[in-house]
Amino acid sequence: MSAAALAVRPAGSRELAGTGTLLRLALRRDRVMIPVWVAVNALMVLSMPHTLKGLYGTPAERADLVARMAGNSSLRAMVGPVLGDSLGALTAWRVGVYAGALAAATGLLVVVRHTRDEEESGRQELVASGAVGRRAPLTAALLAAAVANGALALLVTAGLAGQGAAGALAFGLGVAGVGMVFATMAAIVAQLTESARLARGLTAAVLGAAFVLRAAGDSGADDGSSPLTWASPLGWLTNLRAFAGERWWVLGLFAGAVLVQGAVAYALAGRRDLGMSFLPSRPGPAAGRLGGAGALAWRLQRGGVLGWGTGFLLAGLVYGGMAEGAADLVGDNESAREVFRRMGGQSGLTDAFLAAMVGILGLVAALYVVASVLRLHGEETSGRAEPVLAGAVGRLRWAAGHLAVAFGGVVLLMLLAGAGLALGHGERAGALLGACLVQVPAVWVIGGIAVLLYGLAPGAAVAAWGAAGAVLLIGWVGPALDVPRAVLDLSPFGHLPKLPGGGMEWAPVLVLTALAAGLVAAGLAGLRRRDMTT
Amino acid sequence: MTKAISVSGLHKSFGRTHALDGLDLDVETGEVHGFLGPNGSGKSTTLRVLLGLLRADSGAARVLGRDPWTDAVEIHRRIAYVPGDVTLWRNLSGGEVIDLYGRLRGGLDPRRRAELVERFELDPAKKGRTYSKGNRQKVALVAAFASDVDLLILDEPTSGLDPLMEEVFQRCVAEERERGRTVLLSSHILSEVEELCDRVSIIRRGRTVESGSLAELRHLTRTSVSAELVGPPNGLAGLPGVHDLDVRGRRVRFQVDTDKLDAVLRSLSESGVRSLTSTPPTLEELFLRHYQDEATGSGVTVR
Repeated sequence: MSAAALAVRPAGSRELAGTGTLLRLALRRDRVMIPVWVAVNALMVLSMPHTLKGLYGTPAERADLVARMAGNSSLRAMVGPVLGDSLGALTAWRVGVYAGALAAATGLLVVVRHTRDEEESGRQELVASGAVGRRAPLTAALLAAAVANGALALLVTAGLAGQGAAGALAFGLGVAGVGMVFATMAAIVAQLTESARLARGLTAAVLGAAFVLRAAGDSGADDGSSPLTWASPLGWLTNLRAFAGERWWVLGLFAGAVLVQGAVAYALAGRRDLGMSFLPSRPGPAAGRLGGAGALAWRLQRGGVLGWGTGFLLAGLVYGGMAEGAADLVGDNESAREVFRRMGGQSGLTDAFLAAMVGILGLVAALYVVASVLRLHGEETSGRAEPVLAGAVGRLRWAAGHLAVAFGGVVLLMLLAGAGLALGHGERAGALLGACLVQVPAVWVIGGIAVLLYGLAPGAAVAAWGAAGAVLLIGWVGPALDVPRAVLDLSPFGHLPKLPGGGMEWAPVLVLTALAAGLVAAGLAGLRRRDMTT
Repeated sequence: MTKAISVSGLHKSFGRTHALDGLDLDVETGEVHGFLGPNGSGKSTTLRVLLGLLRADSGAARVLGRDPWTDAVEIHRRIAYVPGDVTLWRNLSGGEVIDLYGRLRGGLDPRRRAELVERFELDPAKKGRTYSKGNRQKVALVAAFASDVDLLILDEPTSGLDPLMEEVFQRCVAEERERGRTVLLSSHILSEVEELCDRVSIIRRGRTVESGSLAELRHLTRTSVSAELVGPPNGLAGLPGVHDLDVRGRRVRFQVDTDKLDAVLRSLSESGVRSLTSTPPTLEELFLRHYQDEATGSGVTVR
């Protein structure tokens, strides 16, 4: 063996042999993804003190805000209880849940990508034939997630230090703690399922459940003391009380959960065959009944539609149930009232709240439509589309199958959301269903952008996520910031009538529908003309 | 001589499927060993057990004198593996992947790496997503042949290579043997196996049905003989070991069990031989015989 070979020989104990090399591999592969996720999250957090300073500049204004928020159960459900009136405390209140959820998403994506994804694709087999310990891939994945969350904690702590070093440190560690709780959770789920897609979906469902638990708990208690809040890792972040008399011991909950879940994942990982899972996939039918490209598209996407649909129905139920409490909000602070008016609408505050929720569900549906349209891209680049298109299936018919699921799915999701809102709210079913359906054309425009990018520039198809992200950012942060009208107008959602409550306007609905149709047509024309990539 | 791989009575089931049903396999150090069997007969399962990726239900397996499950890491420092279907990371270059695999094994000889890249005509700067199947396979082959290892496990490694590259591959395997390395080669390309392998094992439905050198295996099978005789054939049909006898006047064609050849030749020369051709069984015939047994075997179970 040559000296050079000795120098690069993996060190470490046997179970973990090769971890260092695999960690470097993971970070090299994620050289773009991890920095983008971390930067977006940190920017969202670090821009907030400035924003809040603009809206509530004086201590008196902030005290007034806190007093009013304290009694508002629906807003507590959305963002958590407000625990102090400093800029730091308000920042932690306003973005805490979302920064935590984003860190959780980063953690779960990184871990699944470097564990189950690798096994499912078959790449793990060659890697594992090297001097790689049985627990090294999992360790490397968790370390990669730790690197991402560590960087986030560092940025957040450094960026918020001006608001108070202790609070900044607590908040940074708390956000990273949520990220690692879901990273280790994903590590367990990745051992249980054979499919990476399912592992991601199940962990995301747990994250959704954590959000709902915290929302339910916080709507009932104004200081995060509800047992439901304590049952959710996102609630721990609230109860860490960053900038509001930090409870340092709560960090122990994060550490404990990470250790316990990590230990479970390790125990499972050392005990199974490569590529196998503890929940083996059931055998399928011996004879297939899939009739064609359209049926195939539905078969591939129906699980996703089902998951999203359940989520939209449940979210509708929760938000509908919270609507009555929304009238407690706002009081006489002019700028807060103005913000909420911009988010929702003019007439009754309950309507404004419902309209805001409908808008949020519409924005989330934009994520669904992009994911669904990009299945075409995934099928093409993975090579699975090739044999299908080699059959007697035209490109347009092949694409039409997936697009029908994507665009039809949007209608289904918004109908389910409307049904949930109506059931939760207990009245005005027709108005709420209509309000949800009005969102559809704007969602379709985002889907149309995805089709256009996929058809004309498949290499840049992933940029459709950028469009969805931009619309989300404008919709969520735009109303709270004094963003110029021109920027708000870039989002198709900004042109929709505010329903329920506002008056119905057909012009934007029809224009957006036509725009979406034009984008889809242009994208399909491009698809028909261009080379397929393999 | 010590054994590089020794396996006996290996069992492995997935649910109700018995992938391995008492498989035996012995690979001597320094030999190139062919590993043959129809699709689904358990070849890849065996290789995965040998790599410690699957845990056998029962039976004994030793790789380089160690247990492949508990000592996986130590063994893997001395092993290079090439799967039949190589998948690469989309955003890593072929060169990066070669060095990674080298680092994950005992290390890489940089001079040999450069030489192999040249010989396989591989562009190591391209990204994983742009390689064709054959080029992805070359990435794994270069990494394997350039690694500092004692044992190469190759699972249908040439299924995507063109004939020129197939020749480069065969030369590389021959070089490995000259350096005293052991190669376990699973393949369906029989000319390749016949050319390269010192010994072969044929498995069927999770069991080893034949194992030995090609000469030994041939001994167990039939030789085709066709002859033109001076007189009429005499008592040929009654001899043990003669099959598919076809007599046309003084021309005879038949198959004979190779270990009965002597008696048959004596009988022929009694009639006087004008011309004689005899063909030893090719590996293909050997192989087809087992494949066809497989077909009849499954027919029996259906009935």
